[in-house]
Amino acid sequence: MSGPMPDGKLLEIRNLRFAWPGGQDCLRIADLSVEPGETVFLHGPSGCGKSTLLSLMAGVLIPQSGHVALLGTPWDKLPAMRRDRYRVDHVGYIFQQFNLLPYLTAFDNVLLPCRFSGKRRDAAVRRAGSVDAEAAHWLTGMGIGPSNWSRPAHALSVGQQQRVAAARALVGQPGLIIADEPTSALDEDRREAFLDLLLAACAEAASAVVLVSHDSRMAKRFARQVSLPSINQAPREEEHIA
Amino acid sequence: MSRLFMLNLAWRSAWNRRFTLALTVCSIALSAFMLLGVERVRQDLRDNFTSAVSGTDLIVGARTGSIQLLLYSVFHVGAATNNIRWSSVEWLEALRGVEWVVPLSLGDSHRGFPVLGTTQAYFDHMRYGDQQALAVREGQRFDDLYDAVLGAEVADRLGYKIGQRITLAHGTGEISLGADHADKPFTVVGILARTGTPVDRTVHISLEAMEAIHVDWIAGAPLPGMRVGAEEARQMDLRPKSVTAALVGLQSRAAVFSVQRQVNGFSGEPLMSILPGVALDELWDVMGTGEKALLLMSGLVALVSMAGLMSVVLAGLNERRRELAVLRAVGAGVHHVILLLALEGVLLTLAGVTMGVVALVACVIALGPWLQSTFGLSLQLAQPTAVHGLLLAGLLLSGWLASLLPAWRAYRLSLADGLSPRI
Repeated sequence: MSGPMPDGKLLEIRNLRFAWPGGQDCLRIADLSVEPGETVFLHGPSGCGKSTLLSLMAGVLIPQSGHVALLGTPWDKLPAMRRDRYRVDHVGYIFQQFNLLPYLTAFDNVLLPCRFSGKRRDAAVRRAGSVDAEAAHWLTGMGIGPSNWSRPAHALSVGQQQRVAAARALVGQPGLIIADEPTSALDEDRREAFLDLLLAACAEAASAVVLVSHDSRMAKRFARQVSLPSINQAPREEEHIA
Repeated sequence: MSRLFMLNLAWRSAWNRRFTLALTVCSIALSAFMLLGVERVRQDLRDNFTSAVSGTDLIVGARTGSIQLLLYSVFHVGAATNNIRWSSVEWLEALRGVEWVVPLSLGDSHRGFPVLGTTQAYFDHMRYGDQQALAVREGQRFDDLYDAVLGAEVADRLGYKIGQRITLAHGTGEISLGADHADKPFTVVGILARTGTPVDRTVHISLEAMEAIHVDWIAGAPLPGMRVGAEEARQMDLRPKSVTAALVGLQSRAAVFSVQRQVNGFSGEPLMSILPGVALDELWDVMGTGEKALLLMSGLVALVSMAGLMSVVLAGLNERRRELAVLRAVGAGVHHVILLLALEGVLLTLAGVTMGVVALVACVIALGPWLQSTFGLSLQLAQPTAVHGLLLAGLLLSGWLASLLPAWRAYRLSLADGLSPRI
């Protein structure tokens, strides 16, 4: 799908500085980039700004200064409405839990990105022939059988919901999959199985993965490990140290 | 990104929270029911009253209030303080410009329905609705002295057929005062087609019959020791001595004020004449305050239910932060979130208004016969007025407006939350 940029970077962060309104800087990152198809494990203790960094990567938050670009396009150069469209065109997002709209079926949940993004829809049709075939492909790829496709999302187990969410992130093969602690609600066996399926599917879709977790046991499954505290130059929680 | 999909999404989301939203829908339904119901009754009350006197140029009676004269002569509500002499009626008929005179004689009843003594001219000249003439549904007009012609409502309610023998009671009211005209029974010879006016609730007999049943009465009581049999009465002089009121039709409407002046200045006895339309306007003026109060009440109910809609959607927003974040994560823009909330408001209002309209229709169907027989008010189902359209549009618009505040709040929330709502 979206071809690599001249310099080959999928995601590029330079001299980023971000603070929540009324607070001091919580993130200062000099340089962080993700190559197309790369798998990155981002770890660090709770509250060190991992989710904030993901929101910055996805263009939901805009930093006070610095450069955050996806496929060469800086987020802050896009008007707000274009930003929403650009995000769904190129990013699949998996939350910790409660990923699905409970009143839609598993299948309809997977189709959602194709509803909002023409690019994802076109890519789906190009790859699988139709959006339905594409949704069926990734659901099967994530180990969700046809008997569960038309069940409402709230009737699925937590593990199944996470896998449906992964299928939804992958549908139409966006260049970047962002997963925010996607396994924290799963027990250990399911965590491993989920990770197997997710990484295999991302490899098939040629999508890069940035997965955030505080659980470093998963780190070895990824091509690159990044510790947020070690790259974040913002002064950390001084009042606690004092 | 199709609008239809957003509508579908709004609907599924609302349906998912249907138990929380049901109360809101009910209160909107109640306000729609009240607003439309009050307007319906108001409108139909006017139509009913107006349609009862079409084609009559003047109503003549003894001096009294013009509303009172209108009420007892046309609607058979209340009683006349005084009658007018038959000679005055004859004078009226001879007046220049007068085309026809229909004398009306009231005061008796049959099982709560008023009895009206009149002439054949009544059937010829009485008009209702849009200048429609009275039609005989079954049988014929009265011909013999003891013939009676029933209004449709009387016949239907009491189950009377042609040939039925009935007796009339002296005085009006459901409960007989023990004084009746059982000695002179009447035969039903005709039943009129339904008109939706007081005619339906009236038993019509001839003026001579009215005279005959009262030949042995004086001052509202039977003369002691003097009984005149039904057949005996036929032989007596049955020319009416007085009537309650008279409807007057003119050759030209232009003459109406000149005739009215002559009647009001009549030297034979104190008379008054009224223009039905003018008297109706006076009646509306009297009733207007009550109508306005009712409309105001319904408006307040609508206001309260809109505030309810706003607060329910607003209160539910917190539990929907996750849902909105999911939508944002799969590509819904902030404008989609606002659209979703606004659509929900419109859907809820639409559902409420539909429920209210259905309830109103059901009520009119269920209570229509009772209203008709108790108050003589016939409600229309099929003819929504422009005011109804305006009220409906107003309700929908205010429902939509009431959903804009929650939508704005959702917009603020989704901006602040980004993709990770802090719940």
